[in-house]
Amino acid sequence: MSGQVPTGRAIPLSKEGSEVSGVPLTTGAAAARRLRAAERRRGAGRRIGALLLGLIVPALLLLGWYLSTASGFFRPSQLPSPAAVYTAAVDLVERGLLTDHILISTQRVLLGFLCGAALGVVAGALLGLSRIADVLLTPMIGALRAVPSLAWVPLLLLWIGINEDSKVTLITIGAFFPVFTTLYLALRHVDRNLVEAARAFGLNGVRLLLTVQLPAVVPALFSGLRLALAQAWLFLVAAELLAASMGLGYLLTESQQNGRVDRIILTIILLAVLGKSTDALLGLAERWAVRRWA
Amino acid sequence: MTALLAPGKTRPSSKQALGVSFSGLGRSFGPSGARRVVLRDVTVDVRPGEILAILGTSGCGKSTLLRAAAGLDVPDAGEVLIDGTPVDGIDERCAVAFQEPRLLPWHTLQANVAIGLPRSAGAAAGKAKVRELLELVGLDRFAKHRPREVSGGMAQRTSLARALARNPGVLLLDEPFGALDALTRIKMQDLLLEIHGAQPTTVLLVTHDVDEALQLADRVLVLGRTDDDAEGSTVAELVTVPGSRPRNRNSAELGRLRSSLLSLLGVTGH
Repeated sequence: MSGQVPTGRAIPLSKEGSEVSGVPLTTGAAAARRLRAAERRRGAGRRIGALLLGLIVPALLLLGWYLSTASGFFRPSQLPSPAAVYTAAVDLVERGLLTDHILISTQRVLLGFLCGAALGVVAGALLGLSRIADVLLTPMIGALRAVPSLAWVPLLLLWIGINEDSKVTLITIGAFFPVFTTLYLALRHVDRNLVEAARAFGLNGVRLLLTVQLPAVVPALFSGLRLALAQAWLFLVAAELLAASMGLGYLLTESQQNGRVDRIILTIILLAVLGKSTDALLGLAERWAVRRWA
Repeated sequence: MTALLAPGKTRPSSKQALGVSFSGLGRSFGPSGARRVVLRDVTVDVRPGEILAILGTSGCGKSTLLRAAAGLDVPDAGEVLIDGTPVDGIDERCAVAFQEPRLLPWHTLQANVAIGLPRSAGAAAGKAKVRELLELVGLDRFAKHRPREVSGGMAQRTSLARALARNPGVLLLDEPFGALDALTRIKMQDLLLEIHGAQPTTVLLVTHDVDEALQLADRVLVLGRTDDDAEGSTVAELVTVPGSRPRNRNSAELGRLRSSLLSLLGVTGH
Protein backbone atom coordinates (compact mmCIF):
# COMPACT_ATOMS: atom_id res chain seq x y z
CA MET A 1 0.00 0.00 0.00
CA SER A 2 2.99 2.27 0.45
CA GLY A 3 3.03 5.15 -1.98
CA GLN A 4 -0.23 4.04 -3.52
CA VAL A 5 -2.05 7.28 -3.04
CA PRO A 6 -1.69 9.38 -6.15
CA THR A 7 -3.62 12.41 -5.05
CA GLY A 8 -3.58 14.66 -2.07
CA ARG A 9 -6.70 13.28 -0.52
CA ALA A 10 -5.95 10.32 1.63
CA ILE A 11 -7.64 10.96 4.94
CA PRO A 12 -10.99 9.22 5.09
CA LEU A 13 -12.96 11.67 7.18
CA SER A 14 -16.17 10.87 8.92
CA LYS A 15 -19.03 12.00 6.75
CA GLU A 16 -22.05 13.10 8.61
CA GLY A 17 -24.61 15.81 8.27
CA SER A 18 -24.93 18.17 5.40
CA GLU A 19 -22.17 20.58 6.47
CA VAL A 20 -20.46 20.10 3.21
CA SER A 21 -18.30 23.15 2.92
CA GLY A 22 -15.18 24.03 4.79
CA VAL A 23 -16.70 27.39 5.66
CA PRO A 24 -18.55 28.04 8.89
CA LEU A 25 -22.22 28.20 8.10
CA THR A 26 -23.04 30.66 10.83
CA THR A 27 -23.00 33.95 8.93
CA GLY A 28 -26.57 34.52 7.95
CA ALA A 29 -28.03 36.75 5.29
CA ALA A 30 -28.82 39.36 7.95
CA ALA A 31 -25.19 39.59 8.99
CA ALA A 32 -24.15 39.97 5.38
CA ARG A 33 -26.68 42.75 4.95
CA ARG A 34 -25.38 44.53 8.06
CA LEU A 35 -21.85 44.23 6.77
CA ARG A 36 -22.82 45.67 3.42
CA ALA A 37 -24.70 48.56 5.06
CA ALA A 38 -21.67 49.38 7.22
CA GLU A 39 -19.45 49.30 4.16
CA ARG A 40 -21.77 51.66 2.38
CA ARG A 41 -21.76 54.11 5.33
CA ARG A 42 -17.98 54.08 5.42
CA GLY A 43 -17.95 54.55 1.65
CA ALA A 44 -20.30 57.53 1.91
CA GLY A 45 -18.07 59.16 4.54
CA ARG A 46 -15.03 58.70 2.35
CA ARG A 47 -16.83 60.14 -0.64
CA ILE A 48 -17.84 63.31 1.21
CA GLY A 49 -14.26 63.71 2.41
CA ALA A 50 -12.97 63.27 -1.13
CA LEU A 51 -15.51 65.80 -2.38
CA LEU A 52 -14.30 68.41 0.10
CA LEU A 53 -10.66 67.77 -0.79
CA GLY A 54 -11.55 68.07 -4.46
CA LEU A 55 -12.88 71.60 -3.82
CA ILE A 56 -9.52 72.87 -2.56
CA VAL A 57 -7.94 73.42 -5.97
CA PRO A 58 -10.96 75.23 -7.50
CA ALA A 59 -11.08 77.46 -4.41
CA LEU A 60 -7.38 78.30 -4.77
CA LEU A 61 -7.92 79.01 -8.45
CA LEU A 62 -10.76 81.40 -7.58
CA LEU A 63 -8.53 83.12 -5.05
CA GLY A 64 -5.72 83.46 -7.60
CA TRP A 65 -8.19 84.83 -10.13
CA TYR A 66 -9.46 87.39 -7.62
CA LEU A 67 -5.96 88.47 -6.57
CA SER A 68 -4.62 88.74 -10.12
CA THR A 69 -7.49 90.99 -11.19
CA ALA A 70 -7.67 93.04 -7.97
CA SER A 71 -3.93 93.75 -8.11
CA GLY A 72 -4.26 95.01 -11.67
CA PHE A 73 -2.04 92.26 -13.09
CA PHE A 74 -4.72 91.70 -15.78
CA ARG A 75 -6.73 94.49 -17.32
CA PRO A 76 -10.52 93.98 -17.08
CA SER A 77 -10.69 93.68 -20.87
CA GLN A 78 -8.29 90.72 -20.65
CA LEU A 79 -9.64 89.03 -17.57
CA PRO A 80 -12.57 90.52 -15.69
CA SER A 81 -12.75 90.01 -11.93
CA PRO A 82 -14.92 87.30 -10.35
CA ALA A 83 -17.26 90.00 -9.17
CA ALA A 84 -17.65 91.32 -12.73
CA VAL A 85 -18.47 87.86 -14.01
CA TYR A 86 -21.00 87.48 -11.21
CA THR A 87 -22.54 90.83 -12.12
CA ALA A 88 -22.75 89.72 -15.75
CA ALA A 89 -24.57 86.59 -14.61
CA VAL A 90 -27.04 88.59 -12.49
CA ASP A 91 -27.60 90.96 -15.37
CA LEU A 92 -28.38 88.12 -17.79
CA VAL A 93 -30.65 86.45 -15.27
CA GLU A 94 -32.54 89.69 -14.65
CA ARG A 95 -33.10 90.06 -18.36
CA GLY A 96 -34.43 86.53 -18.39
CA LEU A 97 -31.84 85.37 -20.90
CA LEU A 98 -29.48 83.14 -18.97
CA THR A 99 -32.06 80.58 -17.90
CA ASP A 100 -33.29 80.28 -21.47
CA HIS A 101 -29.77 79.77 -22.80
CA ILE A 102 -29.09 77.09 -20.19
CA LEU A 103 -32.42 75.34 -20.65
CA ILE A 104 -32.27 75.18 -24.42
CA SER A 105 -28.68 73.88 -24.34
CA THR A 106 -29.50 71.29 -21.70
CA GLN A 107 -32.52 70.18 -23.67
CA ARG A 108 -30.45 69.75 -26.83
CA VAL A 109 -27.80 67.79 -24.97
CA LEU A 110 -30.29 65.49 -23.30
CA LEU A 111 -32.28 64.84 -26.46
CA GLY A 112 -29.17 64.19 -28.53
CA PHE A 113 -27.64 62.08 -25.81
CA LEU A 114 -30.77 59.95 -25.42
CA CYS A 115 -31.14 59.41 -29.18
CA GLY A 116 -27.44 58.70 -29.66
CA ALA A 117 -27.26 56.36 -26.67
CA ALA A 118 -30.36 54.45 -27.76
CA LEU A 119 -29.03 54.04 -31.30
CA GLY A 120 -25.63 53.10 -29.89
CA VAL A 121 -27.15 50.40 -27.70
CA VAL A 122 -29.12 48.94 -30.59
CA ALA A 123 -26.19 49.00 -33.03
CA GLY A 124 -23.70 47.79 -30.41
CA ALA A 125 -25.96 44.90 -29.41
CA LEU A 126 -26.62 43.95 -33.02
CA LEU A 127 -23.00 44.01 -34.13
CA GLY A 128 -21.68 42.59 -30.89
CA LEU A 129 -23.96 39.57 -31.04
CA SER A 130 -24.54 38.83 -34.71
CA ARG A 131 -21.63 37.58 -36.75
CA ILE A 132 -23.31 38.54 -40.02
CA ALA A 133 -24.19 42.07 -38.92
CA ASP A 134 -20.65 42.42 -37.63
CA VAL A 135 -19.04 41.43 -40.91
CA LEU A 136 -21.47 43.55 -42.95
CA LEU A 137 -21.53 46.73 -40.92
CA THR A 138 -18.39 47.10 -38.83
CA PRO A 139 -16.17 48.48 -41.64
CA MET A 140 -18.86 51.02 -42.53
CA ILE A 141 -19.31 52.19 -38.97
CA GLY A 142 -15.56 52.35 -38.49
CA ALA A 143 -15.30 54.61 -41.54
CA LEU A 144 -18.13 56.84 -40.33
CA ARG A 145 -16.44 57.14 -36.95
CA ALA A 146 -13.28 58.32 -38.66
CA VAL A 147 -15.13 61.35 -40.08
CA PRO A 148 -14.28 64.38 -37.91
CA SER A 149 -17.45 65.51 -36.22
CA LEU A 150 -17.49 69.02 -37.63
CA ALA A 151 -17.41 67.64 -41.17
CA TRP A 152 -21.06 66.74 -40.70
CA VAL A 153 -22.12 70.28 -39.97
CA PRO A 154 -22.40 71.67 -43.53
CA LEU A 155 -24.30 68.62 -44.65
CA LEU A 156 -26.68 68.70 -41.69
CA LEU A 157 -27.32 72.41 -42.21
CA LEU A 158 -28.14 71.85 -45.87
CA TRP A 159 -30.26 68.80 -45.34
CA ILE A 160 -32.04 69.67 -42.14
CA GLY A 161 -31.61 73.43 -41.96
CA ILE A 162 -30.66 75.76 -39.14
CA ASN A 163 -33.05 74.49 -36.51
CA GLU A 164 -33.30 72.27 -33.48
CA ASP A 165 -33.23 69.05 -35.48
CA SER A 166 -29.85 69.67 -37.05
CA LYS A 167 -28.30 70.46 -33.67
CA VAL A 168 -29.84 67.45 -31.96
CA THR A 169 -28.73 65.29 -34.88
CA LEU A 170 -25.14 66.44 -34.56
CA ILE A 171 -25.20 65.72 -30.82
CA THR A 172 -26.76 62.33 -31.56
CA ILE A 173 -23.85 61.52 -33.83
CA GLY A 174 -21.45 62.54 -31.09
CA ALA A 175 -23.18 60.48 -28.42
CA PHE A 176 -23.66 57.43 -30.64
CA PHE A 177 -20.07 56.33 -31.09
CA PRO A 178 -18.85 55.99 -27.50
CA VAL A 179 -21.91 53.93 -26.56
CA PHE A 180 -21.69 51.83 -29.69
CA THR A 181 -17.97 51.15 -29.36
CA THR A 182 -17.92 50.23 -25.68
CA LEU A 183 -21.02 48.04 -25.90
CA TYR A 184 -19.84 46.32 -29.07
CA LEU A 185 -16.44 45.49 -27.60
CA ALA A 186 -17.85 44.44 -24.22
CA LEU A 187 -20.38 42.08 -25.81
CA ARG A 188 -17.61 40.41 -27.78
CA HIS A 189 -15.75 39.77 -24.55
CA VAL A 190 -18.52 38.40 -22.35
CA ASP A 191 -17.15 35.37 -20.49
CA ARG A 192 -17.64 32.49 -22.94
CA ASN A 193 -17.91 30.02 -20.07
CA LEU A 194 -20.90 31.84 -18.62
CA VAL A 195 -22.61 32.00 -21.98
CA GLU A 196 -21.96 28.31 -22.58
CA ALA A 197 -23.30 27.36 -19.17
CA ALA A 198 -26.44 29.37 -19.79
CA ARG A 199 -26.84 27.79 -23.22
CA ALA A 200 -26.45 24.36 -21.66
CA PHE A 201 -29.48 25.19 -19.53
CA GLY A 202 -31.53 25.98 -22.58
CA LEU A 203 -31.18 29.76 -22.71
CA ASN A 204 -30.86 31.28 -26.17
CA GLY A 205 -31.78 34.31 -28.23
CA VAL A 206 -33.44 37.12 -26.34
CA ARG A 207 -33.50 35.22 -23.04
CA LEU A 208 -29.75 34.63 -23.25
CA LEU A 209 -29.23 38.30 -24.09
CA LEU A 210 -31.33 39.53 -21.17
CA THR A 211 -30.10 36.96 -18.65
CA VAL A 212 -26.39 36.84 -19.37
CA GLN A 213 -25.03 39.11 -22.05
CA LEU A 214 -26.62 42.45 -21.19
CA PRO A 215 -26.08 42.19 -17.42
CA ALA A 216 -22.48 41.24 -18.07
CA VAL A 217 -21.85 44.45 -20.01
CA VAL A 218 -23.70 46.88 -17.75
CA PRO A 219 -20.52 48.35 -16.24
CA ALA A 220 -18.99 48.83 -19.69
CA LEU A 221 -22.24 50.30 -20.96
CA PHE A 222 -22.17 52.93 -18.25
CA SER A 223 -18.63 54.00 -19.00
CA GLY A 224 -19.72 54.32 -22.62
CA LEU A 225 -22.69 56.44 -21.56
CA ARG A 226 -20.47 58.77 -19.54
CA LEU A 227 -18.12 59.24 -22.47
CA ALA A 228 -21.16 59.86 -24.67
CA LEU A 229 -22.48 62.53 -22.35
CA ALA A 230 -19.15 64.36 -22.43
CA GLN A 231 -19.19 64.11 -26.23
CA ALA A 232 -22.75 65.44 -26.26
CA TRP A 233 -21.69 68.65 -24.50
CA LEU A 234 -18.74 68.97 -26.86
CA PHE A 235 -20.96 68.63 -29.91
CA LEU A 236 -23.52 70.97 -28.42
CA VAL A 237 -21.02 73.82 -28.32
CA ALA A 238 -19.87 72.97 -31.84
CA ALA A 239 -23.45 73.06 -33.09
CA GLU A 240 -24.32 76.28 -31.29
CA LEU A 241 -21.13 78.07 -32.24
CA LEU A 242 -21.84 77.52 -35.91
CA ALA A 243 -25.52 78.16 -36.24
CA ALA A 244 -27.79 79.14 -33.39
CA SER A 245 -29.70 82.05 -31.95
CA MET A 246 -29.99 80.57 -28.48
CA GLY A 247 -27.97 78.47 -26.12
CA LEU A 248 -24.61 78.61 -24.40
CA GLY A 249 -22.60 78.20 -27.60
CA TYR A 250 -24.50 81.11 -29.12
CA LEU A 251 -23.81 83.14 -25.98
CA LEU A 252 -20.10 82.46 -26.55
CA THR A 253 -20.11 83.70 -30.17
CA GLU A 254 -22.26 86.67 -29.38
CA SER A 255 -20.06 87.68 -26.43
CA GLN A 256 -16.97 87.31 -28.56
CA GLN A 257 -18.43 89.66 -31.18
CA ASN A 258 -19.35 92.19 -28.49
CA GLY A 259 -16.07 91.82 -26.64
CA ARG A 260 -17.81 90.64 -23.44
CA VAL A 261 -15.02 88.60 -21.86
CA ASP A 262 -17.04 88.45 -18.61
CA ARG A 263 -19.86 86.62 -20.39
CA ILE A 264 -17.42 84.29 -22.13
CA ILE A 265 -15.90 83.30 -18.82
CA LEU A 266 -19.35 82.96 -17.29
CA THR A 267 -20.38 80.61 -20.12
CA ILE A 268 -17.24 78.51 -19.76
CA ILE A 269 -17.88 78.18 -16.02
CA LEU A 270 -21.50 77.26 -16.69
CA LEU A 271 -20.46 74.60 -19.22
CA ALA A 272 -18.03 73.16 -16.70
CA VAL A 273 -20.64 73.07 -13.95
CA LEU A 274 -23.36 71.63 -16.18
CA GLY A 275 -21.08 69.02 -17.70
CA LYS A 276 -19.75 67.98 -14.32
CA SER A 277 -23.23 67.84 -12.75
CA THR A 278 -24.79 65.72 -15.47
CA ASP A 279 -21.76 63.43 -15.37
CA ALA A 280 -22.07 63.14 -11.60
CA LEU A 281 -25.74 62.16 -11.94
CA LEU A 282 -24.81 59.49 -14.44
CA GLY A 283 -22.00 58.44 -12.13
CA LEU A 284 -24.51 57.85 -9.35
CA ALA A 285 -26.57 55.67 -11.68
CA GLU A 286 -23.39 53.86 -12.68
CA ARG A 287 -22.46 53.14 -9.09
CA TRP A 288 -25.89 51.71 -8.47
CA ALA A 289 -25.75 49.61 -11.63
CA VAL A 290 -22.29 48.26 -10.94
CA ARG A 291 -23.35 47.27 -7.44
CA ARG A 292 -26.42 45.60 -8.88
CA TRP A 293 -24.90 43.87 -11.89
CA ALA A 294 -21.20 43.32 -11.34
CA MET B 1 -33.69 14.14 2.49
CA THR B 2 -35.17 11.29 0.50
CA ALA B 3 -38.58 12.84 0.90
CA LEU B 4 -37.29 16.08 -0.59
CA LEU B 5 -36.34 14.27 -3.73
CA ALA B 6 -39.33 11.99 -3.91
CA PRO B 7 -39.69 11.11 -7.56
CA GLY B 8 -42.08 13.28 -9.46
CA LYS B 9 -42.64 15.82 -6.76
CA THR B 10 -42.35 18.75 -9.12
CA ARG B 11 -42.27 17.21 -12.57
CA PRO B 12 -43.42 13.63 -12.81
CA SER B 13 -42.61 12.98 -16.46
CA SER B 14 -38.83 13.01 -16.76
CA LYS B 15 -37.87 11.71 -13.38
CA GLN B 16 -36.40 8.40 -14.40
CA ALA B 17 -32.79 7.86 -15.30
CA LEU B 18 -32.01 7.59 -19.00
CA GLY B 19 -29.50 5.42 -20.79
CA VAL B 20 -26.78 7.02 -22.93
CA SER B 21 -25.15 5.39 -25.96
CA PHE B 22 -22.08 6.71 -27.70
CA SER B 23 -21.73 5.00 -31.02
CA GLY B 24 -18.68 5.44 -33.20
CA LEU B 25 -18.12 8.92 -31.87
CA GLY B 26 -15.25 10.87 -33.44
CA ARG B 27 -14.14 14.46 -33.14
CA SER B 28 -11.15 16.42 -34.39
CA PHE B 29 -10.20 20.04 -33.94
CA GLY B 30 -8.13 22.59 -35.76
CA PRO B 31 -8.01 24.10 -39.24
CA SER B 32 -8.31 21.76 -42.20
CA GLY B 33 -4.90 20.50 -43.13
CA ALA B 34 -3.71 20.58 -39.54
CA ARG B 35 -6.59 18.78 -37.89
CA ARG B 36 -5.87 16.95 -34.70
CA VAL B 37 -8.00 13.92 -33.97
CA VAL B 38 -9.09 13.96 -30.34
CA LEU B 39 -11.66 11.20 -30.21
CA ARG B 40 -12.15 8.30 -32.58
CA ASP B 41 -14.67 5.53 -32.65
CA VAL B 42 -15.85 5.81 -29.05
CA THR B 43 -18.60 3.28 -28.52
CA VAL B 44 -20.00 2.71 -25.08
CA ASP B 45 -23.40 2.12 -23.53
CA VAL B 46 -24.18 3.76 -20.22
CA ARG B 47 -26.96 2.05 -18.34
CA PRO B 48 -29.82 4.07 -16.88
CA GLY B 49 -29.07 5.03 -13.29
CA GLU B 50 -25.42 4.11 -13.53
CA ILE B 51 -22.52 6.28 -12.43
CA LEU B 52 -19.86 6.10 -15.09
CA ALA B 53 -16.52 7.73 -14.40
CA ILE B 54 -14.57 8.85 -17.45
CA LEU B 55 -10.83 8.82 -16.80
CA GLY B 56 -8.06 9.97 -19.03
CA THR B 57 -4.96 12.06 -19.24
CA SER B 58 -5.17 15.77 -19.79
CA GLY B 59 -6.36 16.64 -23.30
CA CYS B 60 -7.53 13.13 -24.13
CA GLY B 61 -11.03 14.27 -24.99
CA LYS B 62 -12.90 13.51 -21.75
CA SER B 63 -14.66 16.83 -21.77
CA THR B 64 -15.33 16.61 -25.49
CA LEU B 65 -17.17 13.35 -24.93
CA LEU B 66 -19.27 14.96 -22.23
CA ARG B 67 -19.95 18.04 -24.31
CA ALA B 68 -21.19 15.83 -27.13
CA ALA B 69 -23.70 14.26 -24.77
CA ALA B 70 -24.80 17.70 -23.58
CA GLY B 71 -25.29 18.88 -27.15
CA LEU B 72 -22.72 21.63 -26.60
CA ASP B 73 -20.45 20.15 -29.24
CA VAL B 74 -21.24 18.40 -32.50
CA PRO B 75 -19.14 15.30 -33.24
CA ASP B 76 -17.61 14.76 -36.68
CA ALA B 77 -18.52 11.10 -36.72
CA GLY B 78 -20.97 8.86 -34.95
CA GLU B 79 -23.69 9.99 -32.60
CA VAL B 80 -24.89 10.09 -29.04
CA LEU B 81 -28.23 8.57 -28.19
CA ILE B 82 -30.05 9.40 -25.01
CA ASP B 83 -32.83 6.99 -24.22
CA GLY B 84 -32.66 5.84 -27.83
CA THR B 85 -33.05 9.23 -29.49
CA PRO B 86 -30.07 11.09 -30.95
CA VAL B 87 -28.76 14.25 -29.30
CA ASP B 88 -29.27 17.18 -31.63
CA GLY B 89 -28.37 20.48 -29.99
CA ILE B 90 -28.80 21.38 -26.35
CA ASP B 91 -30.75 18.58 -24.74
CA GLU B 92 -33.42 19.19 -22.10
CA ARG B 93 -32.83 15.73 -20.67
CA CYS B 94 -29.26 16.53 -19.65
CA ALA B 95 -27.84 18.89 -17.09
CA VAL B 96 -24.20 19.89 -16.81
CA ALA B 97 -22.00 20.97 -13.94
CA PHE B 98 -18.64 22.34 -15.02
CA GLN B 99 -15.26 22.41 -13.36
CA GLU B 100 -15.83 26.07 -12.51
CA PRO B 101 -19.17 26.97 -10.93
CA ARG B 102 -20.00 29.36 -13.80
CA LEU B 103 -22.62 31.20 -11.77
CA LEU B 104 -23.98 34.57 -12.87
CA PRO B 105 -22.28 37.01 -10.50
CA TRP B 106 -25.17 39.48 -10.52
CA HIS B 107 -27.69 36.90 -9.39
CA THR B 108 -28.24 35.47 -5.93
CA LEU B 109 -27.51 31.78 -5.41
CA GLN B 110 -31.25 31.23 -5.47
CA ALA B 111 -31.67 32.91 -8.83
CA ASN B 112 -28.68 31.00 -10.17
CA VAL B 113 -30.24 27.68 -9.22
CA ALA B 114 -33.47 28.80 -10.85
CA ILE B 115 -31.64 29.13 -14.19
CA GLY B 116 -31.53 25.33 -14.21
CA LEU B 117 -35.28 24.89 -13.92
CA PRO B 118 -36.88 23.40 -17.00
CA ARG B 119 -39.01 25.87 -18.92
CA SER B 120 -42.12 23.87 -18.23
CA ALA B 121 -41.76 24.39 -14.47
CA GLY B 122 -44.40 26.73 -13.10
CA ALA B 123 -43.36 29.73 -11.01
CA ALA B 124 -44.56 28.38 -7.68
CA ALA B 125 -43.32 24.84 -8.26
CA GLY B 126 -40.01 26.23 -9.48
CA LYS B 127 -39.59 28.34 -6.37
CA ALA B 128 -40.31 25.36 -4.15
CA LYS B 129 -37.87 23.23 -6.11
CA VAL B 130 -35.11 25.81 -5.78
CA ARG B 131 -35.69 25.99 -2.03
CA GLU B 132 -35.57 22.19 -1.75
CA LEU B 133 -32.34 21.98 -3.69
CA LEU B 134 -30.61 24.73 -1.74
CA GLU B 135 -31.59 22.90 1.41
CA LEU B 136 -30.28 19.66 -0.07
CA VAL B 137 -26.85 21.15 -0.76
CA GLY B 138 -26.87 22.89 2.62
CA LEU B 139 -27.14 26.44 1.30
CA ASP B 140 -30.67 27.43 2.27
CA ARG B 141 -29.31 30.13 4.57
CA PHE B 142 -27.27 31.58 1.71
CA ALA B 143 -30.09 31.73 -0.83
CA LYS B 144 -29.91 35.53 -1.02
CA HIS B 145 -26.11 35.74 -1.21
CA ARG B 146 -24.20 36.54 -4.36
CA PRO B 147 -21.67 34.02 -5.71
CA ARG B 148 -18.66 36.15 -4.75
CA GLU B 149 -19.88 36.27 -1.16
CA VAL B 150 -19.53 32.51 -0.71
CA SER B 151 -16.63 30.07 -0.85
CA GLY B 152 -15.58 28.07 -3.89
CA GLY B 153 -17.08 24.91 -2.45
CA MET B 154 -20.39 26.62 -1.83
CA ALA B 155 -20.40 28.03 -5.35
CA GLN B 156 -19.75 24.54 -6.70
CA ARG B 157 -22.63 23.15 -4.63
CA THR B 158 -24.84 25.86 -6.11
CA SER B 159 -23.73 24.76 -9.55
CA LEU B 160 -24.68 21.19 -8.67
CA ALA B 161 -28.07 22.35 -7.39
CA ARG B 162 -28.60 24.27 -10.64
CA ALA B 163 -27.95 21.09 -12.62
CA LEU B 164 -30.32 19.11 -10.39
CA ALA B 165 -33.02 21.74 -10.83
CA ARG B 166 -33.35 20.50 -14.37
CA ASN B 167 -34.59 17.10 -13.14
CA PRO B 168 -32.07 15.59 -15.50
CA GLY B 169 -32.35 12.10 -16.88
CA VAL B 170 -28.58 12.33 -17.35
CA LEU B 171 -26.32 14.34 -15.11
CA LEU B 172 -23.07 15.37 -16.80
CA LEU B 173 -20.29 16.36 -14.44
CA ASP B 174 -17.11 17.78 -15.96
CA GLU B 175 -14.47 17.51 -13.23
CA PRO B 176 -16.86 19.23 -10.86
CA PHE B 177 -14.66 18.74 -7.82
CA GLY B 178 -11.31 19.24 -9.54
CA ALA B 179 -10.76 22.79 -8.34
CA LEU B 180 -11.79 22.16 -4.73
CA ASP B 181 -9.52 21.55 -1.78
CA ALA B 182 -9.13 17.95 -0.67
CA LEU B 183 -11.54 18.09 2.28
CA THR B 184 -14.28 19.92 0.43
CA ARG B 185 -13.87 17.46 -2.41
CA ILE B 186 -14.53 14.46 -0.17
CA LYS B 187 -17.61 16.13 1.24
CA MET B 188 -18.86 16.96 -2.26
CA GLN B 189 -18.33 13.36 -3.34
CA ASP B 190 -20.42 12.18 -0.41
CA LEU B 191 -23.08 14.72 -1.31
CA LEU B 192 -23.15 13.43 -4.88
CA LEU B 193 -23.65 9.86 -3.68
CA GLU B 194 -26.35 11.00 -1.31
CA ILE B 195 -28.16 12.76 -4.14
CA HIS B 196 -27.72 9.80 -6.44
CA GLY B 197 -29.09 7.49 -3.75
CA ALA B 198 -32.20 9.59 -3.41
CA GLN B 199 -32.68 10.33 -7.08
CA PRO B 200 -30.93 7.67 -9.13
CA THR B 201 -30.21 9.57 -12.30
CA THR B 202 -27.57 8.48 -14.79
CA VAL B 203 -24.29 10.23 -14.03
CA LEU B 204 -21.35 10.74 -16.37
CA LEU B 205 -18.46 11.99 -14.30
CA VAL B 206 -15.33 13.22 -16.01
CA THR B 207 -12.37 13.14 -13.67
CA HIS B 208 -8.61 12.78 -13.67
CA ASP B 209 -8.66 11.44 -10.14
CA VAL B 210 -8.48 7.64 -10.07
CA ASP B 211 -9.51 7.49 -6.41
CA GLU B 212 -12.53 9.63 -7.07
CA ALA B 213 -13.54 7.32 -9.90
CA LEU B 214 -13.12 4.24 -7.73
CA GLN B 215 -15.07 5.79 -4.89
CA LEU B 216 -18.03 7.04 -6.89
CA ALA B 217 -18.47 5.02 -10.03
CA ASP B 218 -20.19 1.76 -10.92
CA ARG B 219 -17.95 1.51 -13.94
CA VAL B 220 -14.84 3.34 -15.06
CA LEU B 221 -14.19 4.21 -18.68
CA VAL B 222 -10.56 4.96 -19.51
CA LEU B 223 -10.02 7.06 -22.62
CA GLY B 224 -6.64 6.73 -24.25
CA ARG B 225 -4.72 5.56 -27.26
CA THR B 226 -4.90 1.88 -27.98
CA ASP B 227 -1.99 1.59 -30.38
CA ASP B 228 0.56 4.16 -31.38
CA ASP B 229 -0.39 4.35 -35.04
CA ALA B 230 -3.87 5.75 -34.72
CA GLU B 231 -4.31 9.33 -33.62
CA GLY B 232 -6.89 10.24 -30.98
CA SER B 233 -8.33 8.57 -27.92
CA THR B 234 -10.84 5.81 -27.81
CA VAL B 235 -12.11 3.36 -25.19
CA ALA B 236 -8.91 1.95 -23.70
CA GLU B 237 -10.63 0.14 -20.87
CA LEU B 238 -14.07 -0.21 -19.38
CA VAL B 239 -14.05 -1.83 -15.95
CA THR B 240 -16.69 -2.51 -13.37
CA VAL B 241 -15.67 -1.32 -9.92
CA PRO B 242 -16.20 -4.17 -7.45
CA GLY B 243 -18.20 -3.79 -4.27
CA SER B 244 -20.98 -1.40 -3.39
CA ARG B 245 -20.68 2.14 -2.14
CA PRO B 246 -19.40 3.43 0.20
CA ARG B 247 -16.28 1.52 -0.66
CA ASN B 248 -13.37 0.94 1.65
CA ARG B 249 -10.65 3.16 0.28
CA ASN B 250 -8.00 0.78 1.57
CA SER B 251 -9.23 -2.55 0.20
CA ALA B 252 -6.61 -4.64 -1.58
CA GLU B 253 -8.91 -5.27 -4.53
CA LEU B 254 -9.38 -1.55 -5.12
CA GLY B 255 -5.65 -1.08 -4.66
CA ARG B 256 -4.94 -3.49 -7.50
CA LEU B 257 -7.55 -1.81 -9.71
CA ARG B 258 -6.08 1.58 -8.88
CA SER B 259 -2.61 0.42 -9.92
CA SER B 260 -3.85 -1.00 -13.19
CA LEU B 261 -5.87 2.16 -13.98
CA LEU B 262 -2.89 4.34 -13.16
CA SER B 263 -0.66 2.31 -15.42
CA LEU B 264 -3.23 2.72 -18.20
CA LEU B 265 -2.90 6.45 -17.64
CA GLY B 266 0.84 6.19 -17.98
CA VAL B 267 1.72 6.29 -14.27
CA THR B 268 3.70 3.24 -13.20
CA GLY B 269 5.36 2.14 -10.01
CA HIS B 270 2.48 3.08 -7.70
